Amino acid sequence: MAALPFYVSPEQLMQDKAEYAKKGISRGRSVVVLVVQEGILLAADNPSASLYKISEVYDRVAFAGVGKYSEFENLRKAGIRHADLKGFMYSREDVTGRSLANAYSQLLGSAFSQEMKPLEVEIVLADLGTDGRPDEIYRISYDGSIFDEPLLTAVGGRAEQLGALLRERIKAPLPLPEGLRIVRGAFQEISEAPLPVDQMEVGLLDRKAVGRTFRRFSRQDLSGILDTPV
Amino acid sequence: MKRTDPASPASPFDSPSFLDCLKSLGYWEPASFSGSVSGPAGPVPHATTVLAVRYKGGVVMAGDRQASEGYQVSSRAISKVIPVDRYSCVAIAGAAGPAIDMARLFRVEIEHYEKLEGVMLTTDGKANKLAQMVREALPMAMQGLVVVPLFAGYDAGRGAGRIYKYDPAGGRYEEDAYHANGSGGLFARNALKMLWKEGMTRAQAIEAALRALYEAADEDLGTGGPDFVREIYPSVFTMDREGTSELPPAEVARYYRDLVDSLKRKE
Repeated sequence: MAALPFYVSPEQLMQDKAEYAKKGISRGRSVVVLVVQEGILLAADNPSASLYKISEVYDRVAFAGVGKYSEFENLRKAGIRHADLKGFMYSREDVTGRSLANAYSQLLGSAFSQEMKPLEVEIVLADLGTDGRPDEIYRISYDGSIFDEPLLTAVGGRAEQLGALLRERIKAPLPLPEGLRIVRGAFQEISEAPLPVDQMEVGLLDRKAVGRTFRRFSRQDLSGILDTPV
Repeated sequence: MKRTDPASPASPFDSPSFLDCLKSLGYWEPASFSGSVSGPAGPVPHATTVLAVRYKGGVVMAGDRQASEGYQVSSRAISKVIPVDRYSCVAIAGAAGPAIDMARLFRVEIEHYEKLEGVMLTTDGKANKLAQMVREALPMAMQGLVVVPLFAGYDAGRGAGRIYKYDPAGGRYEEDAYHANGSGGLFARNALKMLWKEGMTRAQAIEAALRALYEAADEDLGTGGPDFVREIYPSVFTMDREGTSELPPAEVARYYRDLVDSLKRKE
């Protein structure tokens, strides 16, 4: 039997890949997805006004991605394509966050185990509930593992600290202005730097809306919300 | 390029068109011209009168609710004005089945672009896209299934409403005041010719649109009037800076009740 000069054990290989992906993700900024009374809030620390981290996917589904922009942008587009195809071939109500989250999980999982370089991304899918169905938030990791998060989730650089801080302060869905203020405060505390409104990217899956429920807040909207008295 | 899986790594310069995506996956076979021109196997439902009227800072779009098969009513309550996105609507006349399909696909097409690119298409961009879709349906039109949409939207760049009409060959023409399509279109256009004024308000434009639909229903067998028995009234949408909104049926009903009262012979 020929010698295997470049043999690496599968454990080592996976560990190396995971470390590589984690390192890439931890270099970036974070995104928080939070259930509020008005709907599901998606907030990102994002200095760019045009390279988005959060996006509409379908009527009641939104996407958030952190890590390498080109990689999660590709995933975002694939998700929109998948959702639009499904909604067109069947009906708009048949597009669910769960099935999309499963598809992402499969995709990231097989990329992690088969490709040389794993994807350096972490994504969140939020699905706004209707009368009979609760809100759903799915976090999908670089290796395809999928987590169902009940109230809030944080991804990106120092996501664990951010998530812990928020879980400590938020126990039940809050009104939007209060939720947004707490999220902004947590971003500032973790990064130990002020976070001006024009560095925040914020969207909402709006419970009151019919049809396409996602809306992106402008800077004026944000200042207005943050100035609302409690 | 043939793609088999929507999740497979797409080329960064892939078209942002949903229709192209359907085609590349093999889900969309464009109708081809068979050579022999014969009509459809039986009568198919036709949508009749739809119209659009510009006013100061917006545009109103309205349509009756009846679909006809020859001399028979095939549906009393179809919707011919279909909202496309926040600022535009498409109204359909002609063979109802393919027309509704086209409007549905058009809606997804526009929405798909907006989501992928993060910005809305311009009003001209949307109008041109619809022209391409009408042109693709030409073989079907040659077989007798003619679809002629009417497109209207609020153009945020100009701060004004815009109206586009189409011909079955895919020609696209912008109208600067009003337009009406379908079997009762001629009568509606004649009414609008009398009623339209430069710089109308939203309320005046709605009134003109409803009156024109009434006149079309009065003259054309295929067009349905206000149905007080079943409480089915024409659908009316306005598009302006605030977005697209539908006029509540109760308001349309109130207008028609007053109109009918005023038209009744008094002695």
